Amino acid sequence: MADAPRPPLIDVRGLDVFYGDFQALFGVSLRVEPGEVVTVIGANGAGKSTLLKTIAGQLSARRGEIVLAGTPADRAPAFEMVRRGVALVPEGRRLFSSLSVEENLLIGGQLGRPGPFSLARVYELFPVLYERRRQPAPSLSGGQQQMVAIGRALMSNPTLLLCDELSLGLAPIIVRDIYRSLPAIVGEGLSLIIVEQDIVQALDAASRVYCLQEGRVALEGEARTLTKAAISAAYFGV
Amino acid sequence: MQWANAIVQGVLIGGLYALFAAGLSLIFGVMRLVNIAHGDLIVLAAYLALVVTATLGLDPLTSLIVVVPAMAVIGYALQRLVLNRTLGDDLLPPLLVTFGLSVIIQNGLLELFSADSRKLQAGAIEVQTVEIVSGIWIGLLPLLQFLVAIAIIGGLQLLFYRSAFGRAFRATSDDPSVAELMGLDTRRVFALAMALSLAVVAVAGVFLAVRANFDPAIGPARLIYGFEAVIIGGLGSLWGTLAGGIILGVAQAIGAQIDPGWQVLAGHLVFLAILAVRPQGLFPKVQ
Repeated sequence: MADAPRPPLIDVRGLDVFYGDFQALFGVSLRVEPGEVVTVIGANGAGKSTLLKTIAGQLSARRGEIVLAGTPADRAPAFEMVRRGVALVPEGRRLFSSLSVEENLLIGGQLGRPGPFSLARVYELFPVLYERRRQPAPSLSGGQQQMVAIGRALMSNPTLLLCDELSLGLAPIIVRDIYRSLPAIVGEGLSLIIVEQDIVQALDAASRVYCLQEGRVALEGEARTLTKAAISAAYFGV
Repeated sequence: MQWANAIVQGVLIGGLYALFAAGLSLIFGVMRLVNIAHGDLIVLAAYLALVVTATLGLDPLTSLIVVVPAMAVIGYALQRLVLNRTLGDDLLPPLLVTFGLSVIIQNGLLELFSADSRKLQAGAIEVQTVEIVSGIWIGLLPLLQFLVAIAIIGGLQLLFYRSAFGRAFRATSDDPSVAELMGLDTRRVFALAMALSLAVVAVAGVFLAVRANFDPAIGPARLIYGFEAVIIGGLGSLWGTLAGGIILGVAQAIGAQIDPGWQVLAGHLVFLAILAVRPQGLFPKVQ
């Protein structure tokens, strides 16, 4: 007898999300398998961040469902979703400004979920943070702050890591360094959803791509097989 | 010598003002809530101690064993059931609700205990004194109250900067929505902060009630002293709050020494002067 197929790590079906009367997402569906890296690309205002915030529990969808490892997770607030293994690296890093680098990491791990990531493992991943661990978080450079934000999310030992615009406001060379750290993270068995405006970077890191346009999924496919023309058509809607 | 004595007494009462202020500043720091009912909650704690001493036959300082946890529970419930609903982007709703709470507490106490002044009797400790240098005598009770204030502020400082609990408070204060992403239920964090604030209020209320007469209407003036100590010391700094309380206490003592009618006025004048010269307070939290 064959094994029952393993459910996807996360299965998002038909999400409608509103900000007041303004509808930001229209029936968005997305699926991530265990260990998979998926990227969501799209222009400004396409709804990428809204999608991540909804999955992380910061926003709640008016319609649609979110199923996490086979269990419904539609109405769970953000603090509940972290417990269930979904961590968000928010857009613009959003470090706790009155906490030191190490305290930022420790607060990420305060739930004590078991897993491969610890303070030591994060410092191994980003050695520069160890040198700066006593410094206030805002005193770091943008790239180092992004490392803290990723480390802070990893400290909760998530099964699904959501990364919102890792490249925002960073020099290309720094962005490359940050993206180089991702394989080591995925190597620990995590799944990733990467939201990015920097398409080249995103396509390079991911195995599957969703392109959002004005709140709808305009294109979905394997990163390797999609043509530039198809992507730019979906991206710009031309 | 009279002047030196006045200043020493001012320093000691400053400890009490710092206790008024510490709870206030803690709440503002963690959730940007200005608790207008803070002074009335101090008075509520005093009446609670009155009831506990009368019914259980405890002396006022021992009654803290009951009053502190009771006020903490009241704080937790108040935050969960009422104040959490008022928090949002707008500062006005919590201000209005705590103002209403202030009116309710005052009138409730008036209804239950009448407008008569009361006082807690702590027995012999009230009149015992020690001579610290020749000619300057200080009461054991004010000294104890001052030491307790230092211990509480030191304890809060440790809790805030050395414990996971304090880290959660500071993170929530920095950015509540990201704190939720760390698995913190901010509504629960707020309720714990209010519980802690009212535990400090309980201590302040009992010392206030042992030191002087109280009645249901004296809360708002304690709120003002608390506010002044916070502003003088600089928002967000616990030791600054202690310094603010002491400056306020000394100003009042010096004012009273010049003319007994100037006691309260002198405190307000020093507060205004500091506000005019250094609006950020003496020891603002470094940003």
